[in-house]
Amino acid sequence: MLTACTLQFSIYTFKNPVQTKSFSTLNPPHQTLLPQSLSLSLSLSLTHRIQEIKMLSAKATCNSHGQDSSYFLGWEEYEKNPYHQHKNPNGIIQMGLAENQLSFDLLESWLKNNPDSAGFKPDNHSLFKELALFQDYHGLPAFKNALADFMSEIRSNKVTFDPNNLVLTAGATSANETLMFCLANPGEAFLLPTPYYPGFDRDLKWRTGAEIVPIHCSSSNGFRITESALEDAYQQAQKQNLKVKGVLVTNPSNPLGTSLSLHELELLVNFVSSKNIHLISDEIYSGTVFSSPGFISIMEVLKNKGLMNTEVWKRVHIVYSLSKDLGLPGFRVGAIYSNDDLVVSAATKMSSFGLISSQTQYLLSEMLSDKKFTRTYLSENRKRLKQRHEMMEKALQKAGIRCLKGNAGLFSWVDMRHLMSSQTFEGEMELWKKIVYEVGLNISPGSSCHCSEPGWFRVCFANMSKETLLLAMQRLNYFVDSMAKKDNRSGRRQPLNGNPRRSKSLPKWVFSLSFTSTKRNGVTMGR
Amino acid sequence: MEVALNNSNKFLSNIATNDGHGENSSYFDGWKAYDTNPYHPENNPTGVIQMGLAENKLCFDLIQEWMEKHPEASICTPEGGFDFKEIAIFQDYHGLPKFRSAIANFMSRVRGGRVKFNPDRIVMSGGATGAHETVAFCLANPGEAFLVPTPYYPGFDRDLRWRTGVQLLPVVCGSWNKFNISLAALEEAYEKAKESNIKVKGLLITNPSNPLGTFYDKETLKTVVTFVNHKNIHLICDEIYAGTVTNDNEFVSIAEIIQEFPTICNQNLIHIVYSLSKDMGFPGFRVGIIYSYNDTVVNIARKMSSFGLVSTQTQHMIASMLSDNDFVENFVSESRNRLANRHDLFNRELAQVGIASLKSNAGLFFWMDLRRFLEKPTFDSEMTFWRIIINEIKLNVSPGSSFHCSEPGWFRVCFANMDDETVTIALRRIKAFVLKNKMFEIKSKSKKACWQNNLHLKLSSRRLEDIMSPHSPLNSPLLRAQN
Repeated sequence: MLTACTLQFSIYTFKNPVQTKSFSTLNPPHQTLLPQSLSLSLSLSLTHRIQEIKMLSAKATCNSHGQDSSYFLGWEEYEKNPYHQHKNPNGIIQMGLAENQLSFDLLESWLKNNPDSAGFKPDNHSLFKELALFQDYHGLPAFKNALADFMSEIRSNKVTFDPNNLVLTAGATSANETLMFCLANPGEAFLLPTPYYPGFDRDLKWRTGAEIVPIHCSSSNGFRITESALEDAYQQAQKQNLKVKGVLVTNPSNPLGTSLSLHELELLVNFVSSKNIHLISDEIYSGTVFSSPGFISIMEVLKNKGLMNTEVWKRVHIVYSLSKDLGLPGFRVGAIYSNDDLVVSAATKMSSFGLISSQTQYLLSEMLSDKKFTRTYLSENRKRLKQRHEMMEKALQKAGIRCLKGNAGLFSWVDMRHLMSSQTFEGEMELWKKIVYEVGLNISPGSSCHCSEPGWFRVCFANMSKETLLLAMQRLNYFVDSMAKKDNRSGRRQPLNGNPRRSKSLPKWVFSLSFTSTKRNGVTMGR
Repeated sequence: MEVALNNSNKFLSNIATNDGHGENSSYFDGWKAYDTNPYHPENNPTGVIQMGLAENKLCFDLIQEWMEKHPEASICTPEGGFDFKEIAIFQDYHGLPKFRSAIANFMSRVRGGRVKFNPDRIVMSGGATGAHETVAFCLANPGEAFLVPTPYYPGFDRDLRWRTGVQLLPVVCGSWNKFNISLAALEEAYEKAKESNIKVKGLLITNPSNPLGTFYDKETLKTVVTFVNHKNIHLICDEIYAGTVTNDNEFVSIAEIIQEFPTICNQNLIHIVYSLSKDMGFPGFRVGIIYSYNDTVVNIARKMSSFGLVSTQTQHMIASMLSDNDFVENFVSESRNRLANRHDLFNRELAQVGIASLKSNAGLFFWMDLRRFLEKPTFDSEMTFWRIIINEIKLNVSPGSSFHCSEPGWFRVCFANMDDETVTIALRRIKAFVLKNKMFEIKSKSKKACWQNNLHLKLSSRRLEDIMSPHSPLNSPLLRAQN
């Protein structure tokens, strides 16, 4: 037990979010401050740690996997105490997981009506064998055709996709990493608008050695990308001696829940064109756009500007996945779409490291080839997402909480600045911990998404039943009310200042060092 | 064109534009020749027979039979459908618990139950391909190296080096001692690296070996383990062919060495790579496994597995299948029998024409000694002869040089990826060639053209005798939907 604590302490002290080089110059612990027995076991565990660092790679011993971020710590707390309607009604409700659980009945009914989709029926003998043997990294042609059509349908057929330009990967996680490996050398950088999905730190940087430079977006204009923000980011990269290879945007945005405007898209095209760099558009949420303005794909913009078959057209790449639109994250279905043959060729070879299981490709090729199904699914899914979004927005309003006006995604970007004790990131963390432990909601703090302003939170609404969502909103309402009452009693009104009495009521370990349970469950990088 | 290519090179990464993917190797040339002219009993009886693909097609009937009896193993059937939602949203990189247990169970039974595996150390990956790359990322920095005995699987050049920047340095093994790993060879490779200022982080062995088709005995494994322990470097043991050993009692897994001699080595250095692609014949399902005795490596590899998780649809099916102990016992032993039979058939037939292979008892291939057919004992002659094998005998086999073999004249020939009828034809072609080659040796060089004509005539007269193979890729409905 003591060893585990001291090891944790040493890890915390020497943890450095920027990798590799710092490990060769470890700072010695302040031994004079510690009792002798503790300092002895500390130096033993340090020796062990140093030994480990020497034996393994730098990638294995740094924390660029990003899993020490609050984004994942909240998940861990949820895993320890998950809400269940009957078994654990006081547990933590998971609102940090961007999953789409609203339309499974549609998928299940399709399966029921299409029993041969497994390909394992007696009369499909050779099909099973063919699938089991099929490891061609070009992918199942029928699946790629169906996927290309599906992507087109999501974009109202305003653009078409050539299946030959599709590369299949094990989820968008793998697609993003693979694109990085293709486009950037170690030490080169991509610009990303903030706030952005926390998993990008791992997907884009960890094993590739690439860097991310933020394009700061602010609440003053609804977190829209501006020309000056793009230029600032580019200059910032230059100052850090980082060669910029491209811009990566998520459209619709995670965590904002908004789709990029035509103006922003045109800005981006002009920017990457003038700088001669790439543009990656992660369109994983493209099928979740439930209200106006509709979804505009980057490909549409290029087409309308007459830029097809130009150099800039070749430098625009799309990432897609079925994890959000169809709600199938377990199946690991991702794709890269590129107009550059060399990128398609290189990425296809790299996909060997994470191919999609052939039986999954087959199942989905059957499903997505059913155009009647895809049409119905897409429209019904959007409808349900819209309803759910409105339900949560209204409930938040009742609690005096505003959201960024969203038209897409599985979450809202919620403004809780008025609930913080101080307009700082410490204040945000303090509020977040209260919400996780006192209110019992796991939501994602903006700082974990690299937001430049404290006080914003991503709250998911599509991964639970209506009843659970209403309960979550009730809890939040109660929390806001109780905070207001405490304020009134102490004679203060909003904004809330630090109240020592309130601080003491929080569990002690809220202020403890980074906690890592040895028995934590895997919290894969679901968005 | 070249200007455009150079421009593109500027925009893409070094990795994307170098040939670290290894596909320009001769290993793949044969595949390309096969792809352009594949054998088909009716449509293309003079086409190239694929003997360069180490697939195991011998036991699908057993698996299909099991699938029919267990529709609940598929989430797409009415019986299995109620699991659909739970399985489809499960993306925990620990994997389904029952999947890990089933894999641990299977790995144990493949080793005759002589050793147990802990499900908590099972880490998923995108096939063994993904497993190797992940292990390399965990253990070595760019520029550092792994030692690997030659000859070795050509894919390692890509899997361990391409995106990781890690190097592979050969431990040279040869026919002088039946391609066994010797301590001297290990030491020599290690010293050579030291002289070149390359830091060696580990040793990678494949046991049973690809392409040799042999496995290492206990003494050799002890030597290897002692060596890595002494040098304080890692040991990656790829046991992907463990289930293909024809006589199970003799195979020794590295896990057994650790079990029997727990103090022989720092266990944090030992890592096993496994997959279902060879033992079960499921390469399409992408089930790769990393099993490490090092907690940190398990932890980190698990995080990296996000880049190549096994589809939960597949995890669910595999979990059901491999939890069925009766099925597993029967499958493992029946698979061994069929491989042994196929193996013996080839041995017998080839012996009739004096073709020898390295004495082997595992794998899906032979390591064939064709040195006497080379004009000169050089790799150029090996390539020349290889082109004859592809273009005239119409067999795609893999030349030893593509496996980094230090001696020319050895070829890997696969035997488990075809049906019995194709086996017959392949053997017929080999025997015919050998007999004609004897004629060729007698006749003078000026009559070479006549010999070639004879060969062509002989082959075409066989066309009507060939029967349709239901397993030819050309029949695959999966490839019918072309653009």
